[in-house]
Parts: sequence; C-alpha cells; structure tokens
Amino acid sequence: MPKYKLTVNKKKYEVEADADTPVLWVLRDHLDLVGTKYGCGVAQCGACTIHLDGKATRACVTTVAAVRNRSITTIEGLSEQGDHPLQQAWVAHDVPQCGYCQAGQIMNAAALLTANPKPTEAEIEAAMRGNICRCATYNRIKEAIQTAANQ
Amino acid sequence: MKTSYNRRSFFKVTALAGGGVLLGFNWLAAQSMGAPGSKARLGEMTALNGFIQIDVTGLVTIMSPNPEIGQNVKTSMPMIVAEELDVAWKNVVVKQAPLNTQVFTRQVAGGSQSLRQSWKTLRLAGATARQMLINAAAQKWQVAPAECTVSEGIIRNAKGQQMTYGEIVGDAAKLEVPKEVQLKAPKDFKIIGKDTKNVDTGDIVRGKPLYGIDVKKPGMLYAVVLRPPAFGLKLDTFDDTATRKVSGVRQTVRFGDKIAVLADTTWAAIKGQKALMAQWKEGTKPESTADHDAKMLAFLDTPAAQPKRSDGDVKTAFASADKIVEKTYEGPFLPHSCLEPMNYFAHVRADGAELIGSCQTPERARKLAADLLGMKENQISVEISRMGGGFGRRLMHDYVLEAVEVSKLSGKPIKLAFTREDEMTAGLYRPASKYKFRVAIKDKQVTAYHLTGTGANGQNFTRENTFPAGAIANYLVESHNLESNITTAPWRAPITNFLAFAEQAFLDEVAQELGTDPVKFRIDLFEKAKASGAKFEYEVDKSIGVIKLAAEKANWGSPKAGVYQGFSTYYSHNTYVAEVAEVVLVNNQPVVQKVICAIDCGIVVNPVSAINQSEGGVIDGVGHALFGDFSFEAGKPSANNFNGYRLIRMPEAPQVEIHFVPSLNDPTGLGEPTLPPVGAAVANAIFAATGKRLYKFPFVKEMAIQGATQ
Repeated sequence: MPKYKLTVNKKKYEVEADADTPVLWVLRDHLDLVGTKYGCGVAQCGACTIHLDGKATRACVTTVAAVRNRSITTIEGLSEQGDHPLQQAWVAHDVPQCGYCQAGQIMNAAALLTANPKPTEAEIEAAMRGNICRCATYNRIKEAIQTAANQ
Repeated sequence: MKTSYNRRSFFKVTALAGGGVLLGFNWLAAQSMGAPGSKARLGEMTALNGFIQIDVTGLVTIMSPNPEIGQNVKTSMPMIVAEELDVAWKNVVVKQAPLNTQVFTRQVAGGSQSLRQSWKTLRLAGATARQMLINAAAQKWQVAPAECTVSEGIIRNAKGQQMTYGEIVGDAAKLEVPKEVQLKAPKDFKIIGKDTKNVDTGDIVRGKPLYGIDVKKPGMLYAVVLRPPAFGLKLDTFDDTATRKVSGVRQTVRFGDKIAVLADTTWAAIKGQKALMAQWKEGTKPESTADHDAKMLAFLDTPAAQPKRSDGDVKTAFASADKIVEKTYEGPFLPHSCLEPMNYFAHVRADGAELIGSCQTPERARKLAADLLGMKENQISVEISRMGGGFGRRLMHDYVLEAVEVSKLSGKPIKLAFTREDEMTAGLYRPASKYKFRVAIKDKQVTAYHLTGTGANGQNFTRENTFPAGAIANYLVESHNLESNITTAPWRAPITNFLAFAEQAFLDEVAQELGTDPVKFRIDLFEKAKASGAKFEYEVDKSIGVIKLAAEKANWGSPKAGVYQGFSTYYSHNTYVAEVAEVVLVNNQPVVQKVICAIDCGIVVNPVSAINQSEGGVIDGVGHALFGDFSFEAGKPSANNFNGYRLIRMPEAPQVEIHFVPSLNDPTGLGEPTLPPVGAAVANAIFAATGKRLYKFPFVKEMAIQGATQ
C-alpha cells in the first residue's frame, strides 16, 4: 500500500492507504479523528465536510491521493480552544438535537463566512443547501450563522 | 405535595472512597406506588432508574439512564432531579449510564415517554436526597429539620448557621431514609421551566467521539455486510475471490443470507463488499408497489371481520344521508434516514460479550443477544452511545444481532456498519398505508363517520378511540393488515404520522362541504364529544385549548395579503397539538412559509430544547409530506441514497412558531406529537391557495411545489 504524507490541523501525519481511500476514512479509521462524520458517501449530505486549503470539501468523495501537500482542517482543528465564533454561536443557540450533522454544518458555515463574512439569509440558505439535518434544526443553524457573522 | 413510599426497596446508600456518597434508587419500587397518568402506547408502565452522586466539594453527578437520540433527555431528566435536590445547575455533571437492570428500569427512548413516565420518580429521587441532607444537618446542629431551609446546595438554620451538601453528605449517608418527603410546588421551580443548554453541545461542536460509529477498540475489525438486493431474495452461492484481494480485507463470514466482510478499515470493508460476487434465488415472492396498492385499495372496500370500534347505526345513517363525502388517502413506505447509519460494536468471547453502540432499547438488545448466543444476560455488558438519530429505526435490533453473530462466527471484536445504500435498500421502513374516510351529512350535520385503514405488517392502522370518536353518534372504524415481506418498523409517530394527515385533510373537506369554518367545525365536534357521554381517549378541553391558541396566534381567518392558511389538530403520545400552516404563491406555485404550532404538554421542563424538538417535528413532517417518495419494484427499493431520495433542506424549511399552553400538569413528551398534524395543515393551506386537494404523500408528485430543486 502506498504511503501518504498529510497535514491535518497543522500536524503532519503519514498514512498507508490505497490511493482511492476517501479522506473521510483516513481521518476516522487511520488518524482517529472521528469528528468528521459519514452520512452518505456520495457528497449529498455534508456530514463529512472538512476544509481543504480553507475551502469546504466533502471528505467522503475526496481521495487521499488528491490531498497530498494540501492543508486539511477538520472540526477538531477549526479553532485551538474550540471557541470559533460558530462553535460559540452553536452553543448560544443550543442548536443540536441528535448533533450528528453539526460538525459538517459548522465546517461548511465556517468556509462560507471566510468567503463571505456578512452573508444574506438567501446566501446562507444557498450555501448550506448541501448539508442535511435529519432532526431539522435548520432555523437554529441559520440563526447561529447570523449571530457568528455579526460578531 | 407529600409523598411516601416503601423506603427499604426504594433507596440505597453507598459510601464512596474519598468521602462522597452514592445514592442509588430502586425506581421499580418507587414506581409501583402509583405511576402518573394512564396506560402508555408503547411498552408497559415501568419505571426509570438513576444515580445521584455528591462529592465533598458539593459537585453533583447525575447519571442519565435513558438513551439520547436527540430528544435531549440527557439534559432534561437530570434537570428534574437537580430541581428537587435543590442544587445549582452549574454544579451538576451529567453522565450517561450504561445498561444496568440491577439499578435501572425502562432504559428506553421511544413513544415520547421518557419524561412522562419518569417525572415522579425523578422528582422523588431529588427530594429524598435533599431531605436526608437536611436531616443530617439538623442533627448536627441539634435543631428540628423543619427549622432548616435549603437553597442551591446550602442548608441554613434559624440561628444563621449554614452548611453545604458536600460538608454533610457523609453524615447523610448514615441516616435512615425518610418515610415521607416534600416535593416542591411547581411555582417554586428554579431549574424546571428555565432554558438549560444541552449538556453535550460543547462536545458535539468540537467533534468529540460520542456516537456508536465513533467506537474503536483494540484489535477491532470493521465489518460491512452484503444483504439480498431485493426483498424476497435469498443467498444461493457466492465467490469472495476478488474480495480477498482487496488490501486490508481479513476474512468473509457467511451468516444466513448475508455475507460479512471483515477488514482493517471501513473503506476496505466497503470495497470488499462491492467486490463480492453473489448469486441470489427467490425465497418469497418479490413485491412491487403496484401489488401493494391494488391489495390495499381492495381492503378499503372490504368490511373487516371485527371492527376496531362501532358506535350507533352507521348503515342506516348512510342510507338516509342527504350527501356522502368519501375520500381515499395514500402514503408510501419511507426509510428512516437517521443521519448516522446503523452500526454496532460487539465482542463475543467464550465467557461473555461486550456490546457498545446506539440503540433505543438496549435492554431488549441484550436479551436478544443472550438468546442468540445461548448466554445469560449478566454475561453481556452494554454501553449506550449517543445516537445520530433514532426515529424508530433504532427500536429494532437487526443490526445489533448482526454484529453479535459476526463477532461470534469470526471470534473477533468487530464494529459492524451499514453504508447509506445498505440503510436505504436493506433496512426497515415506515409501513405504507391507505385510508378511506366516509361521512354521511343530513340537515347540514355529520350523522355518520366510517374509516377503513390498511397498511403493511400491522394489526391496527387506526386510532379508533381518539378524535373524532365520541363526536359522531354513528361511528365505525375498521383496519386490515397487508402481510408484506418488506421489513417494517415504527417510524416517528407510528401510524399517526400518516393517519393524522388523512383525517385532518378529510375534515377540512367536510367543513368546506358544510360551508363551516374549519376551526369552528372542529371545536363544534369536540363540544359534541363532550356532551355525548361516550367513551374516548382524549380530553376535550385540552383539545379545544390548543385549537384556540393556534388560531389566535396565527390570526386565523385574517391572514396577511397573499398568505393562505390551513388548519390541523392532532392528539398523540399524550400531547395535544394544533397547527396553522401558511402558504404563499411564488410563480403560481405554493411555498410553505410558516407553521404556527400550539402545544399542551403539561409543564415544559426545558423550554429551549422543547422548542427545538417541536420545531424539528414540524419541519420533519413538512419535509416528508412534500418530498418523501419511495417505492419498490420486484422487491427492490426505488432509491439507494440521498441523490435519489429527497429530504427537506434548509431553503425549504419553513419558519416555525411554537406556543405552549401554560400548565401545571405533569409533563408529557414532545419527540413525536408535532409531526402528525402538519401534513394536513400544509395540504389545507395549499388548497386555500390553489383550490387543489392533496390525497397522497409526497405532495411534489401531485403538483409543482415552488422551491429548491436538487
């Protein structure tokens, strides 16, 4: 099996994996970073959203071979102390129900706010359309993003 | 309120190394003194268990016994204990209890029953511990306990002395358990009724391992299973040559009609599953949706051998009617779509087994595992993980038993995981159902009501004793079961998740026929039920209470220009709900803009999460009514992932306004009750906007709905 050098949350790792292995499973099974969640495997639900060079990326359809020499950020590394404005806003609005999708929602929203710090409601809805919340906490997610954007 | 109980069987005190005390509660004994409320729909009226642990610094640990599926019991149940114990919530640490039937009972998440069934015992637990602490302090001060007051973990006497729980807890543990304790008056509640943050949110937003899928144990292999590609098929032969060549694959295990692939990683197991070459043969006849539809429609025209309920003389009333209104409603099979697909860890050894994972009924899972393994239940340990959604799917144990069997056959600790495709194609489904409603109208009055229901794999697809039972003198309800080889399971608000739509959409049409306002029509029916003296299983005043509150808050009958309203009300899982949906037209197509929802669930324990849960139920109900499209062709499901099966997403989610009826009654649940009525509220609003009636889920197949396309 080939070896890959990866940078995840500013730390260097070397993993042995088939070239077609999705980053999702490398993170979860090889590196024990399980905050990134599996939901569909076909980039339809957004639970596995990570940042690849700062851009929101679905880790379930991104192969390990494609991320060499690129910087990966996961929910565990979104902020040093777990206090990114979105993480704080999620707590303030008491967003989660089951909570399973929320790491992906936050990662997607974080990339949105980096690209567009003051999104309109319609821009938030368009950007978050790819992230399913089966418990339907959508309105609180939207409010939390607006709160973080206004900080 | 003073409450007494059999103290010997109720209470157990254990001193802890390090000076603290562990207060164990035998909840079964407590519950037997008289449980609140009437019989439950799901499961028996048994009880819950819990622990309180107080250390010398006054830090209070409360074990949360019930599985957490997003209904937030891990916060709200300990809140109730903390309230009666009278401690500051900031000094409380909540821990998830493992399955432990020595100490706890009814460690179940289901039927919206967690709070309702445990309310009294959770309060008693806190109050008993509080009284023991007071008694110990009083003894030390040589004063009467009645002279002492307590607030937030500090006991005070009339002389101005004070003591913390942590200081006296060691002495308290040595005292006799009081025979009688005083529960707080609801007006004195300081924690119950106040917004209290979900205790797990910090871990959730930081990506900490909380869920079954996050479990990893030394030596563990990942297992992914190939199951028959269509219902009715059985495994004939298979060739795993290609699978064994996948790097990371360790072995394959055939069990029944399934083959498990065991590997070093999930991805290797998935690749191995895809590489399996299997031949299938017919076991039972594969079924198609068209077959189901034909059979169920035939049932709707067939009298049942035994009606579920028959009042008066329906036949004569229909024969003498001025007009008969008859409509049929049809709902599909639906997958549960928990965002965390089924998974479970099992390590079966010769002398016992270790089980860990997400399961709504861990006690039942252990029993079934023990039966499968030929072991005693006390040889099997069960840890309960937070669940990435339940929705009824995790009331079933197929995935637990698969994990147990694969671990046993392989001799390895394994974590068995479903892919989304496994979940959607070889899982369990909400049963498809159909309803035919008929009413007889004479002299502008409804004189008879006849409901026939049918659905897959269920003995009763109706709720014959809830509304409008009692409201109409001639009343007949019948049900037929369609035996199907499609595996089915409870799905959030079983039966009523579609029945409520059908009933409340039909009643809207009847009101229209009578030329009566739909809200007034329903209130009149409830008043008739009250006056009838008939027996039924709902309270008229609470029903009318939520109807009036929803109508008032929505400004029913006087919507803003361009807004069209639809009304619906439904009682389920002991909770009363009424909803007004508001629809606008964009490009002449309806958009669900807002739902106003009134709820009577008794005391609202934790408003911030009660609103979240209620709002989620509404949007979930809107989503499946609009988009939930699923069918079978020769036993094969029509979709295998979210690209072929549409769930509601943020742009389509309506605003939701939640209003609770102020109440001092004991709390009832909120996991399900807001979902059933919303489909009809939306359908009735769409009718108001477009003049088109909707009779089938999903609505997008019946008409163009404005909104995001995938």
